Amino acid sequence: MKTQEYSVIGTRPIRHDGADKVTGRALYGADFQMAGLLHGFILRSPHAHARIRRLDTSKAAAFPGVKAVMTADDFPQVPERLVDLGEGDTPLSYARGNVLAQGKVLYRGHAVAAIAATSVHVAEEAADLIEVDYEVLPCALTAPDAMREGAPILHDDLKTKEFGEQTSRVSNVAEHFRHVMGDIDAGFAEAEITVEREFNTATVHQGYIEPHNATALWNNDGRILVWCSTQGAFVVRDVTACILDVPVSRVKVTPMEIGGGFGGKIPVYLEPVAALLSKKTGKPVKIVMSRKDVFEGTGPTPGSYIKVKIGARKDGRITAAQAFLAYEAGAYPGAMVGPGAMCVFAAYDIANVVIDGFDVVVNKPSTAAYRAPGATNAAFATETVVDEIAEKLGMDPLDFRLKNAAKEGTRRADGPKYRRIGCVEVIEAMKKHPHYAAPLGGPNRGRGVAVGFWFNVGLPSSCTISVTADGTVNLVEGSTDIGGTRTSIAMQAAEVLGIPAEDVRPTVVDTDSVGFTAVTGGSRTTFATGWAAYEAAQDIVRQMKERAAKLWETDAASVTMERGVFRAADKSITFQELAAKLDQTGGPVVGRGAVNPRGVGGSFSGNIVDVEVDPDTGKVTILRFTAVQDAGKAIHPSYVEGQMQGGSAQGIGWALNEEYWMNGSGTMMNSSLLDYRMPTALDLPMIDTVIVEVPNPGHPFGARGVGEANIIPPPAAIANAIYHAAGVRMDRLPMNPPAIMEAIWKQRD
Amino acid sequence: VPTVYIPTLLRAVTGGKSAIEVDGATVRQVIDNLEQLYPGIRERLMDQGKLRPNISVAVDGEVTPMGLLEAVGPQSEVHFVAAIKGG
Repeated sequence: MKTQEYSVIGTRPIRHDGADKVTGRALYGADFQMAGLLHGFILRSPHAHARIRRLDTSKAAAFPGVKAVMTADDFPQVPERLVDLGEGDTPLSYARGNVLAQGKVLYRGHAVAAIAATSVHVAEEAADLIEVDYEVLPCALTAPDAMREGAPILHDDLKTKEFGEQTSRVSNVAEHFRHVMGDIDAGFAEAEITVEREFNTATVHQGYIEPHNATALWNNDGRILVWCSTQGAFVVRDVTACILDVPVSRVKVTPMEIGGGFGGKIPVYLEPVAALLSKKTGKPVKIVMSRKDVFEGTGPTPGSYIKVKIGARKDGRITAAQAFLAYEAGAYPGAMVGPGAMCVFAAYDIANVVIDGFDVVVNKPSTAAYRAPGATNAAFATETVVDEIAEKLGMDPLDFRLKNAAKEGTRRADGPKYRRIGCVEVIEAMKKHPHYAAPLGGPNRGRGVAVGFWFNVGLPSSCTISVTADGTVNLVEGSTDIGGTRTSIAMQAAEVLGIPAEDVRPTVVDTDSVGFTAVTGGSRTTFATGWAAYEAAQDIVRQMKERAAKLWETDAASVTMERGVFRAADKSITFQELAAKLDQTGGPVVGRGAVNPRGVGGSFSGNIVDVEVDPDTGKVTILRFTAVQDAGKAIHPSYVEGQMQGGSAQGIGWALNEEYWMNGSGTMMNSSLLDYRMPTALDLPMIDTVIVEVPNPGHPFGARGVGEANIIPPPAAIANAIYHAAGVRMDRLPMNPPAIMEAIWKQRD
Repeated sequence: VPTVYIPTLLRAVTGGKSAIEVDGATVRQVIDNLEQLYPGIRERLMDQGKLRPNISVAVDGEVTPMGLLEAVGPQSEVHFVAAIKGG
């Protein structure tokens, strides 16, 4: 289908879940109630690194109102194997060990024991009676700290892997990635200007407003029923089954509405615990995290140390680029440094590149994905250096980027060549935007730009669609709705069926009621589950043509369908009219779609940002912010804009304020939303959006994922704006007032 | 014949070669044939019959959901890259 032929794609229907969400009727995990419900509480470690010498729960178990207490020893001790955590395999011992610590705690907030009681207050009080004898160990809190000789070792059996090869040395470096392309020495020799800088970025949290929660019932028939807030019900099913050592068919997960995730609600924390407490008590058990639990006990995004060196000729062509990235994985391996290393120079066509990435375990919570995981840290470094080179060459920063921009056929340092991408189109849209030429209008003001790239992912999705007699359809899907995905998925079915989006009723169902569907993450849902809906709708069209043919006593091959009207010879019938005749033509019509799609299209994004820096306090005020992003084809432009604005707001928080403010012993000192300073509406201007559409040839409607690339450029764009306002190049995140004043004072000295 | 691009950290196994033409109609066959040429390379790429947890395979520029079963053509480029996760 060509763009101009669309009747639903590209429009802005009201979201199907809108009324429930704005009237407070939508049901979230914390709303879930059941007869006989018990309440759980998790006891967490007060130490960042300690051996558990003794753990005695007897007094807590005897406390009035307590129905059960459990520790990691209650989990089945099954042999080590790999478990799919939603976007890749990890050893079961790591997944289980992060749910409840076994033998050793690896971060402050690491879960140690759990209690089920008649109320959460009773459970919390009883937790004080659990006796834990800790042997406190020294801790390593940053990647450079953990990599140094003699650093405290988190895992005695962890040895560095280098592309499948396990080295012999026990280390906190879990994995080393390396990409080499061309001749780096020759590239730098050709350069007429070289800039090399070091950067440090703090650990930040996704900051979803709804805390993690889970209710589980270990039923009398042996089935485990779970209701929870998750980005992937099937991941919860599979990980819970793995940890509890039961077949996946024994677990049914019902995803409740979700109050934000951004990657942080892919890991599983509470469900296996609630399930086992339910088994012990015979009652359903509900656990809801506090904000402190969320900060201290769930996965933030990695802090990092990055060094970037870029060389260019005076004509503005980059000749060589080198990067060293060390990302904090937190307690268990899995920092997003692999993607970070693949993204660090992904916006540019550079012949000579060396990139080294290190996945480093530290005594902080085990990190999780956060929008374009790994890419924001990397872009902060690269885009700051790129800006500095452009300035030193006297080139417009966007012209410099255009001259070196990646395009179809550009080979990335990690190997593959790009297919059709929109890097050039995004930069050109930034250049053309009135914001870029507008006067700044005052002193201490500066403008910065930056771009970023994210791959997006595919992964499996399933849908079914059933036709109702009134001509509407019910669409059943397994993707937790984040950001309006019910509607963006329904619209793709509606386009195929030739009916209004409002005539498709999308429902997110439990894991028994739809085929496997991977996480709502990786910017995949509109792309992949939308594609499954497209396939299911095509299946409906095929069957409906057969019904029309039966009605007209003709051959199905002679029936056509366009915009919801079936035709053969001189006869025609609308989708709605035909839907009323299903009983007489053969019974119900149900379509199915199941995909594991290829054709994932990466997305580029860019920002133009104006700031004002108070030279006396270092406070940065965002004056104007423009976000530009390639959406391929925007299925629902309002939701694309919403993703762009949301990612920008989070990127601004990451840039200016947010950080895990740790003391020397590994305790987060700001584990509340009062002290962990996320931007509010009062901190931000209206974020202007420009959707660029470079259709993805790999998708039926040309869609690219749009949920992540928008968070990549804000910190770098803001850093560049701060430089142009205050004259200081910032090399760390967050760029809060103390950091900016320190840089200003250092420059004055 | 498909061309396999050897990741930097695997080039010690291939004597420093960065690109190798090797026969095979699927990724699995390509790896099997690579193993004949460079013993030990399969173990670096695979574990328990699967690609290692942090490794994905890209054929002709696209990470494939089919993994080892992905078909490769005579002109195909095969790359082993870090697995990509998303938020």
